[in-house]
Amino acid sequence: MGKFLFYRLLQAVFVIIVVTLIVSFTIRLTGDPAVMLSQGSGSVTEADLEMIREALGLNQSFAAQYVQFIQGLVVGDMGRSFVGGAPVMDLISRALPATLWLAFASLAVSIVVSIPLGIKAATSRGTWVDQLIRIVSLVGLSFPNFWLAIMLVLLFSIVLGWLPPSGMSGIASFIMPAATMGIILTATNVRLVRTTMLDTLRSQYIMVARAKGLSNTVVLYKHALRNCAIPLITYFGLQFGGLLGGIVVVERVFNWPGLGSLAFDAVAARDYPVLQGVITVLAMMIIVINLLVDIAYGLVDPRVRKE
Amino acid sequence: MWNFQRLGLELAPDSTEQPVKRNVYVAQAPLLSIQSLSVNFGSNSVVRDLSFDVRAGQTVAIVGESGSGKSITSLSIMRLVHTMNAEITGGRIVFQGDSGAVDLVAQSEKAMRRIRGKDIAMIFQEPMTSLNPVYSIGNQIVEVLRLHENHTRASAREEAVRLLKLVRLSDAESLLKRYPHQLSGGMRQRVMIAMALACKPKVLVADEPTTALDVTIQSQILTIMRDLQREMGMAVIFITHDMGVVAEVADQVVVMREGVKVEEAPVSELFARPQHPYTKALLAAVPKLGSMSGTDLPRIDPLVVMAGDETRSVGTSRVQDTARTGEQPIVEVTDLVTRFNVNKGFFGGVSHRVHAVENVSFSIYPGETLALVGESGSGKSTIGRTLQLLQESTSGDIRFSGKAVADMTRAEKMRLRQQVQYVFQDPFASLDPRKTVGFSIAEPIYTHSLLTGKKAVQKRVEELLERVGLSPDKADRYPHEFSGGQRQRISIARALASRPKLIIADEALSALDVSIQAQIINLMMDLQQEEGLAYLFISHDMAVVEKMSHRVAVMHLGQIVEMGPRRAVFESPAHSYTRRLLSAVPVADPARRTDRPLIEGDIPSPVRAIGDEPERLILQEVAKDHFASIEMQ
Repeated sequence: MGKFLFYRLLQAVFVIIVVTLIVSFTIRLTGDPAVMLSQGSGSVTEADLEMIREALGLNQSFAAQYVQFIQGLVVGDMGRSFVGGAPVMDLISRALPATLWLAFASLAVSIVVSIPLGIKAATSRGTWVDQLIRIVSLVGLSFPNFWLAIMLVLLFSIVLGWLPPSGMSGIASFIMPAATMGIILTATNVRLVRTTMLDTLRSQYIMVARAKGLSNTVVLYKHALRNCAIPLITYFGLQFGGLLGGIVVVERVFNWPGLGSLAFDAVAARDYPVLQGVITVLAMMIIVINLLVDIAYGLVDPRVRKE
Repeated sequence: MWNFQRLGLELAPDSTEQPVKRNVYVAQAPLLSIQSLSVNFGSNSVVRDLSFDVRAGQTVAIVGESGSGKSITSLSIMRLVHTMNAEITGGRIVFQGDSGAVDLVAQSEKAMRRIRGKDIAMIFQEPMTSLNPVYSIGNQIVEVLRLHENHTRASAREEAVRLLKLVRLSDAESLLKRYPHQLSGGMRQRVMIAMALACKPKVLVADEPTTALDVTIQSQILTIMRDLQREMGMAVIFITHDMGVVAEVADQVVVMREGVKVEEAPVSELFARPQHPYTKALLAAVPKLGSMSGTDLPRIDPLVVMAGDETRSVGTSRVQDTARTGEQPIVEVTDLVTRFNVNKGFFGGVSHRVHAVENVSFSIYPGETLALVGESGSGKSTIGRTLQLLQESTSGDIRFSGKAVADMTRAEKMRLRQQVQYVFQDPFASLDPRKTVGFSIAEPIYTHSLLTGKKAVQKRVEELLERVGLSPDKADRYPHEFSGGQRQRISIARALASRPKLIIADEALSALDVSIQAQIINLMMDLQQEEGLAYLFISHDMAVVEKMSHRVAVMHLGQIVEMGPRRAVFESPAHSYTRRLLSAVPVADPARRTDRPLIEGDIPSPVRAIGDEPERLILQEVAKDHFASIEMQ
């Protein structure tokens, strides 16, 4: 286990360096933050811009800036935002929980809905129930998430007035963003659960479980489901990574105070330190999720455990 | 002729050849009575109007070839056919329960759940897949105990330990915590039996419970099942395709064909005086161990086939004197070693090796059949793949017609691939489903540029199809349009296409029904006679080996433990492993049924830690051309 964690840590460091290097380099190709910052402040001379650049440390070479960023990272300092000067660490630690909660809520909604639906589709294979579930999930898959989000706001906030249209304030505010993300995930997950379940149900041990006299529910949820777990966990883990990326759009629509909004604003303002910080944290999250997935494999399937 | 007394060592002292006492059944209502059962797959009828009775303590064997409906019958008794999308369309299955007779067909699903696993339990064919891989052995046994009987968690565990001891698994306590993948096939099947017997069922349905097991393990399982049946007095419905196993276990036999019962009789009656022509043909097709006693050479026998209400013999009897041992051997193998690395270390370091083949030496002469026999993991298939140059050897010398493979040029190796052909076990997987069979047969002809011109090739393909007993106009059909036996004929035609000198047949008959198997045996022997072919016949089936081979090499853990003329090895086996293998084979003759002693132990693994080299066996000539390794006793 010690060796395993050490190996994973090395892997993590490598991934973070590569990801931040690419992001820091490419963002610097897209525009000058000094120009962005001085917009709307009347006549700005080249000397003024130079002063701003010097103040932000942008007059140094890219290599020097990057080394500085990494040095800061090691001691837990990600610099200050170009806009407003707040420490990046503070900004992220305020936004991260909001995003994590939303991501977990979306994934939870999708898992809770897709597992029973997928199993139902598998066990009633070829009947109208199966067809219906498949068609509905295909429809769900075809919605663009921003469109779905806007439609939900129109219906539930503006027409019916049941739910708050934006911001994060209590459980009710989670419903629409989580549902938007969840519906799209559910659509793919139902199909995944159905396929793995059909495979598993063909196994001999399922027949053995039935021959023991076990009820259908026990056969499906105890004997079959855990055997579907490896492909499902793998996919759910991958999804979580995608979820963090895809959340930007939904956070914008619902004005959700998370990492997505933070990153969006940072790109618009060429706020390098914030963007680098957000990307680094997202990369770390994905590494942690992968680690959790590997640990989960061992928990659900004894064949994966190391002797 | 071999018998148990001669086998010495591993037998209990009182194991003399005694006929087993037959159970006598008092006139009583049958425990289970199947009455006019019919089962359909959609509009396809798979079982029609089937009736038979099973009494307490009795073993009824249902035998038949693939498609006979025997497995569907077993699932019907469990009322589980709906899970296979089949449906019981008529008849009754009357079960004498504690509270009187009930018709299982009419029971609700809920009522059936109380009967399944409690009154009627079932064992399945594949021990490797019939236990749930993600739950511990203990969990799976405790589950059924707690479902049907009033057990606390603790008392159920205790009972589970008792059950595991009952099926003679040692260290039962720690076994509870282990998972199926940590157990061998034989151990898993014993766990399965323990699970089935947990609630002391009145009826045990066993669907091919030993088919996937090696013969010594099969023998263990059959002994355990027989002993427990006597102890518990339950009725057993034993589904099998193996007449040897039937002769060994059954009291009453039901023979099925294409969903219909063709004959039912007490076992001795059925074997001695089969009535229906199908039963006669089936029994004639079964190779019986010991049937070649007293003869030196293989013999081709006429086939017995059904002809209306009669049977008819096709072909003649002929002694297969084709081996040309005076000539230069086609293949000479000296000190062949093949090892595979197993990565068990964390960073992919090698800590273990599979010693698949260790210091094996043998020759194959033109026109000869050399059989390689052994159980799983004995290395017999690896040798076959090495000869076909599909597998690199670790060390050793292989010569074809006197020329070492190591010294061959690319062109010579290509020629070698032409002269050595392979026929595989699974006729369904060894033909490309997207190519016509004509294409598959013609491919080696093109690859080795044996003929030029489309016409000439087409003519040769038609010849080959005819040669293996298929109509030449079938060349443009696809593999799925043929049955398993026909596909194996096509595989043989493909092997013949490049005019080989040697065909390696790796379990080529194992997946076939016995009647088809008998046809292919005769085909292979005819081809040997006419084309002067040599065969390396790799098999675990001792009876087929006895029928076909000139010489036999017995393999155990990668090494040859005994090698010699077939008669010598079968009639005076010199090595204890050979004797053990022979004694474990069920013989298709109920008159020779014995109270077989339990063969102990599992099949050892050829995986060894680095540095832990296996001991090299030295073969000694015990009689003319008959070699066996010396054993320390």
